[in-house]
Order: sequence, then structure tokens, then C-alpha cells
Amino acid sequence: MIFLKLYWEFFKTGLFAVGGGMATLPFLYSMSEKTGWFSAAQLADMIAVAESTPGPIGVNMATYVGFTTAGLPGALIATLGLATPCVVIILIIASVLDAFRKNKYVDAAFYGLRPCSVGLIAAAGMLVVKISLFNFELFSETSRFADFFNFKAIALAIVLIICTRYVKALKKLHPIVFIAASAFVGILFAF
Amino acid sequence: MKTLFALFLSFAKVGVMTFGGGYAMIPILEREIVEDKGWAESEELMDYYAVGQCTPGIIAVNVATFIGRKLAGIPGGIAATLGMIFPSLVIICAIAGVLSNFSDLPAVKSAFAGIRVCVCVLIFNAVVKLWKNAVPDKGALLICLFVFILSVFLDISPIIFVVVCACAGILLTRLGVRGK
Repeated sequence: MIFLKLYWEFFKTGLFAVGGGMATLPFLYSMSEKTGWFSAAQLADMIAVAESTPGPIGVNMATYVGFTTAGLPGALIATLGLATPCVVIILIIASVLDAFRKNKYVDAAFYGLRPCSVGLIAAAGMLVVKISLFNFELFSETSRFADFFNFKAIALAIVLIICTRYVKALKKLHPIVFIAASAFVGILFAF
Repeated sequence: MKTLFALFLSFAKVGVMTFGGGYAMIPILEREIVEDKGWAESEELMDYYAVGQCTPGIIAVNVATFIGRKLAGIPGGIAATLGMIFPSLVIICAIAGVLSNFSDLPAVKSAFAGIRVCVCVLIFNAVVKLWKNAVPDKGALLICLFVFILSVFLDISPIIFVVVCACAGILLTRLGVRGK
């Protein structure tokens, strides 16, 4: 039963993803490997769409994955699955808000959870790097060292890092600008 | 019923106007919830954010649930959350439906190959930004590297990392390693 499975997978994601939108990413990668509902490349495209459209990124990702997996009902069920644990947890915590905020165990647990979330997101990012900046398949066919690198993509990545981090006039721009520019470069230079 | 509908509408409005979720939402929530509707104080909103970050799940949904509950109990929390996710459902389904028809075109493939490079950089930037708050000392650095390396090389569910790291956080704090 695909709908039940979708709901359950996203319920788990909502329950364990700590630290905002991108935190759902490692869960979605593990989901793609486990279920085969979508590929790593598709997931990278979904991130781009989720970043370029209104709404919370985590919710957008769930909707997109749900839609890709099982159409409109899938989108609805995946999103509700993601939101259910959030709603339940907050409804419980809201009644003991002050005690929760001041609890030293909660604080200590989050001391461990925050770096964990960063590590998980970085590891998921490596998977996107693997499919977008390198040619593992081509390299395994030709065994030529130069074929291993996708030079055009690496050049674009370097330019983007400089623009988004170091150029004052550009780094405040919304990610959608860089996504659109990258799409344009991709078409222009036939990536 | 009227309050529930008002909550749904307000949060749908916030959802439509927010690009990126999380922190991008704060100024828009301020205007809609604090200034226009007077449903919460500015400090309250910050408290909800702080707790929303310290609980699992999507921060935007957590905050919506908080405000909805405050106004109209459990149904209010649910109405606000449904409002928050409604625009995403409509917009993403429309885009996904259109894209799936064009995804085989060579130009679309090239465009997405370019976009994927940009996604790498966006994730990298997100990691750098999170790093500043999440890794204040050597203990946290150790946890972060441990999770990153194991997660890259081994096929372990993120759930296991989350549970283990929450325990590690408590243990390190108890042992007095934290802050050094």
C-alpha cells in the first residue's frame, strides 16, 4: 500500500528531522535508496524547485516527492505525514512551554543534535556533489583521469561560491536568482 | 469556525509570501500575525521560533501550530498548519505536473544539470551558516565529523544518528566536556 508507506516514511522524517528545511534532505536520500521511488538526481532537481517556490522548503520537498511517487493524493499524504508529528509534538509542548525551554536535558540533547544535523546535511550534500560535479559513470567506462571531473560544472560551482559568499552586491540576492542563472548557463554551455 | 477559517487564510497568505521558509518567514509572520491581526506579541513569536527550532519537524509548521493552538485550541493548531501547507501543495503539484511533461527535452536536461551545480553551492552555504550556531566547541565538532564521515561511507539511517547524538549531547554535558 503505497499511500500508507508514503505517510509512514514522511511521518518518520517529520519526527526526526531537526533544524529546518534542509534537515529533511538526509532522510529523503535514505528514502530514495531504500524505496527507489525517485533517484538522487531527481531529488537534487526537487531541491531547486523547493527553493525557488513559495512555502517552507521541507513542506515543498514532501509535496514534490509525494507527487512524483503517487500523484496528487501522494502529494497530500506525504505532506500530511510530514506535518503530523510536528503538530502533535508542538501541541504537547505548548502546554509545558516554560518547563521545556528551561529543561537542562532538552538543552543538552540539542547540544548533540545540532552538530548531528549539520553533519547529516553535509553528507547528503556530498551525494549531490557526486552526481553534479563528477562523472563516475564515464570514468568507469573510459578510465581516463580527466573524464572523472566535470570541468564545466566545477567552474560554475567556483563562480557561484564566489558570487554567493564573497561578492557584496550579489550575496544578499535570493537563491532563486542563482538557480535561474545556473539553468541559463546549463543550457548555454550544454551541461 | 470563523476563527479557524481566519487562521487557515492567514497562514496560507504567509505560505504564499515566504520564499525559503524558516527565517525568511519571520518578517512576514510579524506583519500578518503581530501587526495586522494582533494574535501574538513579537516576543511570543520569537519564543515560538526558539522552541520550533528545538523540536523536530518543519519550523514553519511548528510556529503555525503554536499560534493556531493559542487562538483556538487543537483545531486551531490544525487549521493553521493546513493553511501553511496549502499553497505548497497547489504550487508544487502544478510545477511538478508541468515539469514531468518536459523533463525529456535536451534543453530542460541541460538546465537542470546547471541547476544541480547551484544546489551543491546552496547546500554548502546552508551548512556553513548552520555550522556557526551548531558547532561552538570541540565536543560538537567531534559529533559533527563523526556523523559526516559515517554517513558518507556507511548506509545508516539518519534516525539512528539523531537518537545517538541526542544521547551523546546529554552525556558530554554531564561529563562537563561541553564548552571546552
